[in-house]
Amino acid sequence: MAIAVEFSAVSRHYGAGIETVRALDDVSIAVEEGEFFSMLGPSGSGKTTCLRLIAGFDQPSSGNIRIFGKEAAGAPPYEREVNTVFQDYALFPHMNVLDNVAYGLMVKGIAQSECHKRAEQALELVALADYGKRKPGELSGGQRQRVALARALVNQPRVLLLDEPLGALDLKLREQMQMELKTLHQKLGITFIYVTHDQGEALSMSDRVAVFNRGRIEQIDPPRKLYTQPRTGFVADFVGTANVVSGDLAQQISGSRQPFSIRPEHIVIESDASPNHTVKVAGRVVDIQYHGATSKIEVDIGKHTLAMVVSNTEHAEAQLPEISQSITLCWPQSRMVMLETSSDGSR
Amino acid sequence: MQSAPASSCLQAVNKTAGIKRWIANTLYRKNTVFLLLLLTPPLLWFGVVYLGSLFALLWQSFYTFDSFSMSVSPDLTLENYRSLFEATNLDIILRTLGMAIAVTLAAALIGFPIAYYMTRYGSRAEQGFFYVAVMLPMWSSYIVKAYAWTVILSQQGVLYWSFRHLGLLPVLNEILQIPGIGGNTLATSNLGRFIVFTYIWLPFMILPIQAALERVPSNLLQASADLGAKPAQTFRNILFPLVFPGVVAGSIFTFSLTLGDYIIPQLIGPSGLYIGNMVYTMQGSIGNMPLAAAFTVVPMVLIFIYLALAKRAGAFDAL
Repeated sequence: MAIAVEFSAVSRHYGAGIETVRALDDVSIAVEEGEFFSMLGPSGSGKTTCLRLIAGFDQPSSGNIRIFGKEAAGAPPYEREVNTVFQDYALFPHMNVLDNVAYGLMVKGIAQSECHKRAEQALELVALADYGKRKPGELSGGQRQRVALARALVNQPRVLLLDEPLGALDLKLREQMQMELKTLHQKLGITFIYVTHDQGEALSMSDRVAVFNRGRIEQIDPPRKLYTQPRTGFVADFVGTANVVSGDLAQQISGSRQPFSIRPEHIVIESDASPNHTVKVAGRVVDIQYHGATSKIEVDIGKHTLAMVVSNTEHAEAQLPEISQSITLCWPQSRMVMLETSSDGSR
Repeated sequence: MQSAPASSCLQAVNKTAGIKRWIANTLYRKNTVFLLLLLTPPLLWFGVVYLGSLFALLWQSFYTFDSFSMSVSPDLTLENYRSLFEATNLDIILRTLGMAIAVTLAAALIGFPIAYYMTRYGSRAEQGFFYVAVMLPMWSSYIVKAYAWTVILSQQGVLYWSFRHLGLLPVLNEILQIPGIGGNTLATSNLGRFIVFTYIWLPFMILPIQAALERVPSNLLQASADLGAKPAQTFRNILFPLVFPGVVAGSIFTFSLTLGDYIIPQLIGPSGLYIGNMVYTMQGSIGNMPLAAAFTVVPMVLIFIYLALAKRAGAFDAL
């Protein structure tokens, strides 16, 4: 399959000398055509900078960016075959919804009747067919989100860039829009590049996820692999929750000083252990948090606190330990993931 | 025995504190009373001093002036308004209106790029510098500035001096030959008057435009570019419509200030009265208050018309 967007050794530095801020540091990515590719990371990790470089709002300090094989560095936004859905939608407040959606076609000199026809089709695609005459200010957050989507899609971009598009929506609506975006992606078959700091969003929607940390990429993998085989402590910790154990304790448990990660849901208490739960660690319960469907138990094992998660089934609730009770934690050897140290050396 | 006076004193303190608290709590609960107390003085001031005097003025414009006895009588008449349309008076109105339009257009054309640079490109320090630089001329006396310009524009002044040394004096003289704009010298030409008006009112145009520009989020401009609009298209379709209310606000200042001014027309430019001079003359030496009042109404009507046209052109759609 063709490569839609390719970064080779791209850096974006601000300032100079000792105060240089490395917003993006030597990043290489190849996003395939038709892929749902997510860029995941905390704020300031470089994911949005990456998106801005693809859109053309910013230029790289060094490196090459190719969009469908064509060098993009230096090209202005209006000459690129990509369209962006902005974080706060950036709808034009003085135009009605239909004119907003038709804008991209209008500036290309397409006749007004044709513009409006295609804009109406785009609005239908996002289930807002009757809203053309309204002003953006009269719409709810979710509706504005859809208008922004229609406004980008009407141009039939080969790559759609989405900058935390669901960040301003409440939880229910966000989940619904996730489903719709995923369906839309399958229907249109174009490349989606999706920036988010929400790991759940990235995992549930993407074909592949790139995890950013301090301007560098820690790992690029499909969601399942990212979760089950995190390469670094940062990824293990940022994607889902993980117990990352290092140093002497790692030596004691695994026989090697190399840090490893174990997911809370893979840890059980001794009474529930089956024969393959070969790793055993003694500790003392310090906290129990109730989360509805699950409970989180924090256990002090000396220098480290391990978190484990149990489903609140009748059986599990009956034998929930008490605070300051001494228990033994068990997990299968196979679920332990050996970690490399992070690229920034923080773990 | 000794504690008795102390405790009664304490009681008194408690009592005043209690009353204070009662008042505070009542005001907190009855919001309207609080607002009324807060707003009555400024509203009275605004109502009586601003609107009251304005209506008194309007009312007086219908009084009768007896040119024979040079006295004003409170008999109502439309005579003053009719006389506004007499050739000499209409001439004055059109002369003032023409200058106000020219000054407003020039101020917008000069002010927009400056405001644009201030908001879009200037660093924080540069913005501060520009802000002070724009405001600075307003800190000095208007009269002093107007007189200073008479010196600058005079034949012994710095402008003539520069033109002479650049060998451009013939060009200047050629420009001054143009009817309507020119005159014997810069100081007595309409061009000179126009330059001074534009100079004096420019800050009133820059500041509202700058405020409007600052309110346009930069991601709207990015979105426009992202959707394929070239910079000129983004300016025409997005930036300008969103900033237009600011331009209109600024132009109301330059327009109405020019319409009402009577000092610059006295000091600079050719003879021929402006609305402001006419009001000054009528109420001063002649004592024809009713006609002066009618003349004062003219700028107000013109600005109403201007606003109606601006609204029709969609100037306030983005608000």
